[in-house]
Amino acid sequence: MSFSSILSAAVDGLQAELIRVEADVSNGLPVFHMVGYLSSEVREAGERVRTAIRNSGYEYPPKRTVVNLSPATVRKRGASFDLPIAAAILTALGQIPPGSAKDCLMIGELGLNGSVGKVPGILPMVMEAARQGIRRCIIPEENAGEGRLVKGMEIIGVSSLKEAAALLQGKPCAKQRKESLEKKCEVERTGEDRIPDFAELQGQENVRRAAEIAVAGGHNLLMIGPPGSGKSMTARCMAGILPPPDEEESLEITRIYSVLGLVDPEAPLIRQRPFREVHHTATRAALIGGGTVPRPGEISLAHGGILFLDELPEFNRSVLEVLRQPLENREIRLSRTHGTYRFPADFMLVAAMNPCPCGNYPDLSKCRCTPSQIQMYLGRISRPFLDRIDLCVEAPRIGFGSLTGTARQESSSEIRKRVVRVRAIQKKRYEKEGIRNNAALRTEDLKRYCVLGNREKKLMERAFSQMELTARGYHRILRTARTIADLDGEERIRENHLREALSLRMIDEKYWRR
Amino acid sequence: MVYEFWFARIQGVPAQKKICLRECMKSAEAIYYIEETRLRSFEFLNEQERERIIRAGEDQEYKTEYEKMTERGIRFIPYFSPEYPEQLKEIQDPPYALYVKGRLPESGTKKAAVIGARRCTPYGEKYAIDFARALASRGVEIISGMARGIDGMGHRGALMAGGRTYAVLGCGADVCYPREHIGLYSDILEQGGGIISELAPGTAPLPRHFPARNRIISGLSDAVLVMEAGKKSGSLITVDMALEQGRDVYALPGPVNSTLSDGCNRLIRQGAGILLSPEELLEEWGLSDAGSPAERKLGGKKEKTLESEEKLVYSCLGLYPKSADQIVSETKLCIRKVLDLLISLELQGYVEEISKNYYVISRC
Repeated sequence: MSFSSILSAAVDGLQAELIRVEADVSNGLPVFHMVGYLSSEVREAGERVRTAIRNSGYEYPPKRTVVNLSPATVRKRGASFDLPIAAAILTALGQIPPGSAKDCLMIGELGLNGSVGKVPGILPMVMEAARQGIRRCIIPEENAGEGRLVKGMEIIGVSSLKEAAALLQGKPCAKQRKESLEKKCEVERTGEDRIPDFAELQGQENVRRAAEIAVAGGHNLLMIGPPGSGKSMTARCMAGILPPPDEEESLEITRIYSVLGLVDPEAPLIRQRPFREVHHTATRAALIGGGTVPRPGEISLAHGGILFLDELPEFNRSVLEVLRQPLENREIRLSRTHGTYRFPADFMLVAAMNPCPCGNYPDLSKCRCTPSQIQMYLGRISRPFLDRIDLCVEAPRIGFGSLTGTARQESSSEIRKRVVRVRAIQKKRYEKEGIRNNAALRTEDLKRYCVLGNREKKLMERAFSQMELTARGYHRILRTARTIADLDGEERIRENHLREALSLRMIDEKYWRR
Repeated sequence: MVYEFWFARIQGVPAQKKICLRECMKSAEAIYYIEETRLRSFEFLNEQERERIIRAGEDQEYKTEYEKMTERGIRFIPYFSPEYPEQLKEIQDPPYALYVKGRLPESGTKKAAVIGARRCTPYGEKYAIDFARALASRGVEIISGMARGIDGMGHRGALMAGGRTYAVLGCGADVCYPREHIGLYSDILEQGGGIISELAPGTAPLPRHFPARNRIISGLSDAVLVMEAGKKSGSLITVDMALEQGRDVYALPGPVNSTLSDGCNRLIRQGAGILLSPEELLEEWGLSDAGSPAERKLGGKKEKTLESEEKLVYSCLGLYPKSADQIVSETKLCIRKVLDLLISLELQGYVEEISKNYYVISRC
């Protein structure tokens, strides 16, 4: 038989699509044709495949070879088609029995020596295959762990073309290696960059508390303070008190990392919520994702975790503005001529900034900035952007006392316990609402979940006029107070909860007026 | 009057020379039709200035400009107008003409300039308001420059007492600078005060205009009150002018460690009057009214209704911003308690948060 076809898959955004790789070898001039709406890197596969076949010990006769990737309307990219193309040709040449690769998904990049290398996007591709009823996948050995995250799928990791061919020929050779990885899948991912512990952070009671509230309710947080007051350290510590993601969330996060090829082969399932620190030179595309075929950006990499923006006013204003929509919708939609891509972006925003260009305001004996300089500095962040941040806290300069203090500070694991408890309360409460935490509470649901008694109402009434709150500001305070009450284990929001929420409210324009 | 306007518009001829020329020629119209030979006979004018006056004859726009200006409600008051403030004529370098929106200061009343740095602390702001308010309630007219900081607060204080206040700008009288003071600008006019400038309408606020306008601020007033000024504050220029013009200068004392009161404290050492309370000042000026109910006392609100812990926190606060952390170390209360008390105090109107977590006692 001179014709064969093998199943493979391609990633488009975060979605995968099954691709049929067809090969036909016939008599004629010895040419190699590849068709099917291919990008240049797929076209190059031809050279790799022919060399790899020859170097794997198979004979490649001088015949006319046509390879087609179907459906021809989908643009094919990446090097993951090498292995299926090679397998299809070998089948067409009769080296592999026809039909042996039926209903088997093959993915992999080939080296000239016939070795199979890892490719990005395994998880979405295998997930799509499972959805379409395929039960067997041959993927690169290095990606095998990642593939095994999909339940009910037989994953066979191969490290060379020969191994893959042998497998299809029915010779058992790589089987024994299959199990060894299975155990490793369960290994907890320990971050390569260590997360600092709250126990190491001296003083800053106020900031700690705000961090705890923020994480407990999934609120966005802004820290204001002079340089060196521990803002960045706090943000990094916050990664350590995030509750562990549940199975579904883990898969969601891993899927995004898989598309970018960032999955650790040793421990493929990401069991820690991500913490992404973005430098202020970041471009829009780096932040929200981009490219002609969009790749997820930092906000999607921070999905389910924390996105930390240090030196907020230094960010390009237009870069910050694009964050507004994902902060509201918890996903980002990127439109291109050939379609719209949706990437999840349900992250907690943690931002840090100085109160003025020199960082010393309101200490006027040290601050040398003019009012207009300060205005301009703060003006770089727009109101609508600040409107999406629930909590604002000041990180004061650390005094000598707290630097040398030996007082034992609460450790991250203790704080985390409380956070986990409070997140569980929220999950249960909002089961029917389709949201996960207090921060996501919709305005129309606030009446139901943030009931105020008479005294509390009176307090808020006074706050509304005295502090010139806006409607948005008022709602933010209710959400925050809800989380504070949850931390206290109370179903009703009380006066002290509201007062604490008020002390953490966003700075208003009037504070910056001198 | 149109010719006066034409003459006032000529740039590059000092006001004093303009006044001289106008005096010699008896009217601006005569200057408009002056012959070059006649102009040459005035030796105080140099070649360039003569050239400028001749060239101004080609000015085609002055009539339409004048109409536009009157349409916008700006009055034009040249030096020789009976409306021109007598007090301003006394100064060394009076402006040739004033452009006024609203009124000019009354000639019979006491006028005080409340001035100070743009960069100011809540302390300076509070006393600028308090002094202006107390003085204005006794009929003193407050003059200032409508700048950010102390100036604006001086106007505000006067407006609170329902008094008249006048702003002397470093730009055209129809230009509101800084822009955020647009509310103040219209309030001043609404309460019967005035916006005054020696610059033609539409002139942009350039840095060099401001030192020059300071001489008008002090020139229009009987006394100059400096609320807060650093070592190199622009307010000290006004003080120099005021001394030259023979006006009284008073300064508000500040803590010795406050760099923003340094200028004031030094003024006091050099012999400026010390501002201790508006009542004392009013008494000095013979304006105090013993029969009337007691004036507002300086200082915070009464603390009667406060609970003991609230009192403790309140007593820590002053007019210089303090962070919640500082209060923690002073009161030995825990941070959450302190924040709780601060919010409670803020809701009762005792304290204000001026920057995130920085508090001062309420200023009004």
